[in-house]
Amino acid sequence: MADTTPQAEPAHFAFDDESNAAIAKILARYPAGKQASAVLPLLDLAQRQMGRQTGSAWVPRVAMDEIARVLAMAPIRVYEVATFYLMFNTAPVGKFHLQVCTTTPCWLRGSDEVVAACRKATGIAGWKETSADGLFTMTEVECLGGCVNAPILQVNDDFYEDMDGPRTEALLAALKRGEVPQPGSMSGRQASAPEGGPTTLTSLTFTPAE
Amino acid sequence: MAKVTVDGIEVEVPNGSNVLQACEAAGKEVPRFCYHERLSVAGNCRMCLVEIEKAPPKPFASCAYPVADGMVVHTDSEMVRKARRGVMEFLLINHPLDCPICDQGGECDLQDQAVGYGGDHSRYAENKRAVKDKNLGPLVKTVMTRCIHCTRCIRFSTEIAGVSEMGATARGESMEVGTYVEKALTSELSGNLIDICPVGALTSKPYAFVARPWELKKTDSVDVLDAVGASIRVDARGGEVLRILPRLNEDVNEEWLADKSRFAVDGLKRRRLDSCWVRRDGKLAPATWPEAFAAIAAKLAGLDGGRIGAIAGDLCDAESMAALKDLMGALGSANLDCRQDGAALDASRRDFYCFNTSIAGIEEADALLIVGANPRREAPLVNARIRKRGLAGAFPVAAIGTPADLTYPVTWLGDSPAALAEPAVRDMLKAAKRPMMIVGQGALARADGAAVLAACWALAAECGLLGAEWHGFNVLHTAASRVGALDLGFLPGPGGRDLAGMMGGGVDVLWLLGADEFDTSRIGADTFVVYQGHHGDRGAARADVILPGAAYTEKQGTYVNTEGRVQRGALAVYPPGDAREDWTIIRAFAGSIGKVLGYDDLPALRARLEQANPVFARPDILPRFGCGDLTGPAGGGAPGSAAFVSPVANYYQTDPISRASPTMAECTAAHHPAAALAAE
Repeated sequence: MADTTPQAEPAHFAFDDESNAAIAKILARYPAGKQASAVLPLLDLAQRQMGRQTGSAWVPRVAMDEIARVLAMAPIRVYEVATFYLMFNTAPVGKFHLQVCTTTPCWLRGSDEVVAACRKATGIAGWKETSADGLFTMTEVECLGGCVNAPILQVNDDFYEDMDGPRTEALLAALKRGEVPQPGSMSGRQASAPEGGPTTLTSLTFTPAE
Repeated sequence: MAKVTVDGIEVEVPNGSNVLQACEAAGKEVPRFCYHERLSVAGNCRMCLVEIEKAPPKPFASCAYPVADGMVVHTDSEMVRKARRGVMEFLLINHPLDCPICDQGGECDLQDQAVGYGGDHSRYAENKRAVKDKNLGPLVKTVMTRCIHCTRCIRFSTEIAGVSEMGATARGESMEVGTYVEKALTSELSGNLIDICPVGALTSKPYAFVARPWELKKTDSVDVLDAVGASIRVDARGGEVLRILPRLNEDVNEEWLADKSRFAVDGLKRRRLDSCWVRRDGKLAPATWPEAFAAIAAKLAGLDGGRIGAIAGDLCDAESMAALKDLMGALGSANLDCRQDGAALDASRRDFYCFNTSIAGIEEADALLIVGANPRREAPLVNARIRKRGLAGAFPVAAIGTPADLTYPVTWLGDSPAALAEPAVRDMLKAAKRPMMIVGQGALARADGAAVLAACWALAAECGLLGAEWHGFNVLHTAASRVGALDLGFLPGPGGRDLAGMMGGGVDVLWLLGADEFDTSRIGADTFVVYQGHHGDRGAARADVILPGAAYTEKQGTYVNTEGRVQRGALAVYPPGDAREDWTIIRAFAGSIGKVLGYDDLPALRARLEQANPVFARPDILPRFGCGDLTGPAGGGAPGSAAFVSPVANYYQTDPISRASPTMAECTAAHHPAAALAAE
């Protein structure tokens, strides 16, 4: 887990102005002396800042050390938190972090096809690998909580739902072109409403109120 | 108090105790891995499951379940046995079957408890998990595949040692215990991780593959590598001391031991003096005992007693110092000194040079001022006790000296004697009910030491540290022999010279009893030096005659720790070669020149010790007392303005034994690269 390759590890990390403004707001939420509670939001800030600055949203160790310094806590306590939550990347990732849910509902609904399509479109062989062009990293994740629209492919912060092989390939091709397709169901249905229109209460007719 | 019935035995335990403690009180053993009396409760190994009547029908982790009045507990019911067997089976899923090559074998909690709760075979055919080993420095060896994630090491390093460096990273199957970033642990107490690890994940690196516990002869003794006098157990096989472990002593070391005391043991078999040496034509040549004695006797013949001197070193037992003092008395010499560092200790009253509050007494104090000491390096176990008190809360600590990380919050008020006048010092001490002050050798071993000592005492008297029931004035020593030597009056007699006076030709014959911690080049070129000791160190290099003595593991010695606690060390192995117990050497030499010391065996010598100072009559017991007389030490002059500097720059090498130890050299290289380079 802690395998950060030396060449990838930056020598220095400092929060930029945008992050610092956010840190001030976050720290104000906690009583004095309890600022260590802010470790999660600060790790998230660091990861987003890395994404902004380098195109790879991850938390290098120097960033964890900086968070430990800001929050006056032992660095190991930050390492523990950062490695516990899989949402924090402790190794560099591609510009688009493909998080494929393979838990039972998604798997039953064809997540294997999504995985295969990701492999085919990006040339990635296995989990946690980054494509040669540096655009994509594929990670296997547990239930994303969107089972009703399974299978789910999470790209960075966005859920793409009702995926299958061709839709995945189309999505990745669009991402490669620099487009960002609208997140949500890719089958065209509204949110998680039944596909192809209502399936219950179909005999009722509503007359608009006078 | 809560009444609890454990397996039909009714016990009363304080409210707030946990069920496990109630079981212990009833004499019922409860297996456990993660629970440790001195650490916070984690409750994650689940081995201590018990059944509690009229509670939800499930097994309870007894370490994390508080007692209630009228509780009925079963520790050996069918449900409990089954639950524990299940836990053990889970623990063993990933634990390797490498007991034959594991250093913990024979003293492993998991091994022992698997006998009680383990199955005869495994139901798991899957591959076991493998974890990369971590490098925790030269002292602690890791085999992390054996780790059962009890987190004792994490809690110890965070809570007791005060260095938050160990942690559990990742989670679930991937969870690993370690430092995440590879680094040597920066604690002086890291060896205790080996003791508290219930399995073979953390073992002793220097002791790896050396011996099995059942091969060792165990001798209870007392440590001399600092002035704390920790209780130790010396494990030896044949004529060799293989390891040293702490022994439970609530008053001194609890159950911990500092790294130097534990790991300098390999210095005991290197650079040893195992035969007599006499300098002939400028070169040291091996000699027999009679030849060595004759060489000294020839020098002493016709010499006035005032031209003879003796200096006692830092590791000496009281017996040998008493014998040497008697010998010097018989030779008519009053030139004695035990203060190699020149510390301005005032021996006119015992509470001027002892740690009067006592180490356990630190827990009763409610404010602390440290003057010219770095307890973390000078006495790690005292430092651990201060930290323990600090964790309990409401314990302001201020210090005067060079700022350093002492593992607890400290207000640094300055680095020179001038800071004693700071109003903040008085405010803090006067606001406390039981304030205490620790004066280190860094404040006393200097030109204005006597003035600093007097100023500290005056401050103590003014701020209420010296009460009828409470004595808050403490001197922290760094040498195990020092308080014993002061108790015996191993100091210049009437008209006698001190150490400085004996240098530069002040005496013609100088007897060094294990004295290595001063600059031997200051000894006059024409002074005839007799070195009696166990290691070929600085003193032996300058000697004209070398008498091989015994190290602390090789003799029956009495030591007085910094508190003034008289403790007896024991012989674990015999001294090497021609070396002898030190007092017998002095007694034999006295006999060879026709002087009568008045004792021929250890009981007679110990009777002499008691006669010299009654404190030697009560080993191990330290009566607590207040301060009846506020009159301070003599003092003299005004304190200067130089900054206080701790006498211990490199914790790992402070005496001949630790300087001879390869393990301590490795620690020096890891923690003080500059000092290690200079030594080469």
